[in-house]
Amino acid sequence: MSVRGPLALDEVDRIAALANLALTEEERALFARQLADVLTYAEEILQVDTAGVAPTAHVLDEDSQLREDAAVPCLPRDRALANAPDPAPGAGFFRVPRVIGG
Amino acid sequence: MMHTWTARTIRDRVADGAVSATEVCRALLDRIHALNPHLNAFLSIAERDALARAAEVDRNRAAWADRPLLGVPIAIKDNISTQGLRTSAASRMLERYTPAYDATVIRRLLDAGAVIIGKTNCDEFAMGSSNENSAFGPVKNPWDTTRMPGGSSGGSAAAVAAGLVPIALGSDTGGSIRQPAALCGIVGLKPTYGRVSRYGLLAFGSSLDQIGPLTRTAEDAALVTSVLAGHDPADATSARRDVPDYATSLTASSFSGTGSGAPRIGVPRALLAEGLDEDVRASILGALAALERDGATLVDVDLPHARYAVPVYYLVATAEASSNLARYDGVRYTSRALLSSTDDLTSMYRRTRDEFFGAEVKRRIMLGTYVLSAGYYDAYYLKSQQVRTLIRRDYDRAFESVDAVAMPTSPLPALRLGERVHDPLQMYLLDVFTVSANLTGHPAISVPCGQTRDRLPIGLQLVGRAFDESRLLQLAHHIERTQPWPALAPDLQPLASKS
Repeated sequence: MSVRGPLALDEVDRIAALANLALTEEERALFARQLADVLTYAEEILQVDTAGVAPTAHVLDEDSQLREDAAVPCLPRDRALANAPDPAPGAGFFRVPRVIGG
Repeated sequence: MMHTWTARTIRDRVADGAVSATEVCRALLDRIHALNPHLNAFLSIAERDALARAAEVDRNRAAWADRPLLGVPIAIKDNISTQGLRTSAASRMLERYTPAYDATVIRRLLDAGAVIIGKTNCDEFAMGSSNENSAFGPVKNPWDTTRMPGGSSGGSAAAVAAGLVPIALGSDTGGSIRQPAALCGIVGLKPTYGRVSRYGLLAFGSSLDQIGPLTRTAEDAALVTSVLAGHDPADATSARRDVPDYATSLTASSFSGTGSGAPRIGVPRALLAEGLDEDVRASILGALAALERDGATLVDVDLPHARYAVPVYYLVATAEASSNLARYDGVRYTSRALLSSTDDLTSMYRRTRDEFFGAEVKRRIMLGTYVLSAGYYDAYYLKSQQVRTLIRRDYDRAFESVDAVAMPTSPLPALRLGERVHDPLQMYLLDVFTVSANLTGHPAISVPCGQTRDRLPIGLQLVGRAFDESRLLQLAHHIERTQPWPALAPDLQPLASKS
């Protein structure tokens, strides 16, 4: 695997769609080049012999201990909704554009 | 002169009634008003709440006299949740976001008698090494306002260095406490992963993030770390370990002769061979020679995988960030793009994120999404996690024979504003010495160890064994008492008199 030169624009578009970003034309071209720069640099790690080496996802040396599953007070609904751009506090919902139908 | 007082001094004087918390708070607020227009270190100044809180401290002085931070004004990086006080993470995405709850560290500071005085500027969502990624303008370095303060906790570092507060909290995902501390000439501690609760910290890289203090003295860092540390049921990754009284452990000098108590300090000479500013190299070698004269033993250590730390870090951290930042989608957190009747849910997400995230945040989300995506996961993400294991093993091996590993915090002193802003990769390379401690979880401290010929601060970094913050603080305290550098402060009189 090797990145040479800028990423193809359809590759940038595919990643942007996965990341839920609507990029401008300018950003598409910029990221095509900059992501390739970083990935090319990062390919340095491909030389490292990692045969049989376990991946590190976290550095905790103790087993995580789950707390007791006890009910405790939580945020009141009106405060949880207070920062929403389009809350429906009476109904207790976050309002969003239509998802199905039309 | 209250702006030169350490947290310890303020606490003692408030506790014995020599000064009121209100007087201290008022004096620092006045200084913030005079200097912040020049430094842009604060995004929010909590004037009314801070004065009300200081008055509360004064009313309860007798009953609270043993509280470790009684009446001490503290600034908080703007990615740490403060109930009722705007927490923007220096992003337009959260420009109007006011948390409904406090981070655990905020509760602990308040329980210790502290006064929260405001929120400090940073790189957007803590992504950056220069503070130039703030949506609200860069912070200026108090030593030279044409230069950046480092990042991402640049506002916290500038505020402490300029005497606006004795203590500020930062967060450190790849050096974001230590690097700005070094470039602003103060102390910055990244505790061991799990030492301090992350509950209420706006997540960036969840396996890397830690909250920690920026202070002008090792003693103040010790004082506040004892308050911050400890298990929190709200953070499953916080460690169930007792918290030492770090300030008391400072007096147990690690330099009592050359016996078994003398520290053994590892020096990774191969890492210092290239890419270092000459003044930085000279200062680091000078600081190490001074430690050796004082009884420390210097030991060459080999960290063969350290050279891969930057690429590993930028693959792991961006992958975690792409997941953590998925929550900012226009539904819950204040900002949403103006929609037309043809927009559906997906286009709302996409337009909101494009409009309200800055360029660096988008770049990292893109990179992280790329390395996690089908076809690249094994080559980039899994591989980087394997190399992460090898970097940890290097350090574990070094700590079999040394108490701490020493190196520069930053390869260069503070850059001029704009110097690298258009080249992300060159900016990432500034993190070469700091990212390893996040990948391995070890605690690390930056302590002032000199200045360049242009009078810019230089920081020495010491990385310690897991949960051995005491040793790092002792070493920093020793350097502070034996070297002239920590006593130096930037001259802000010209700025103060301009306003």
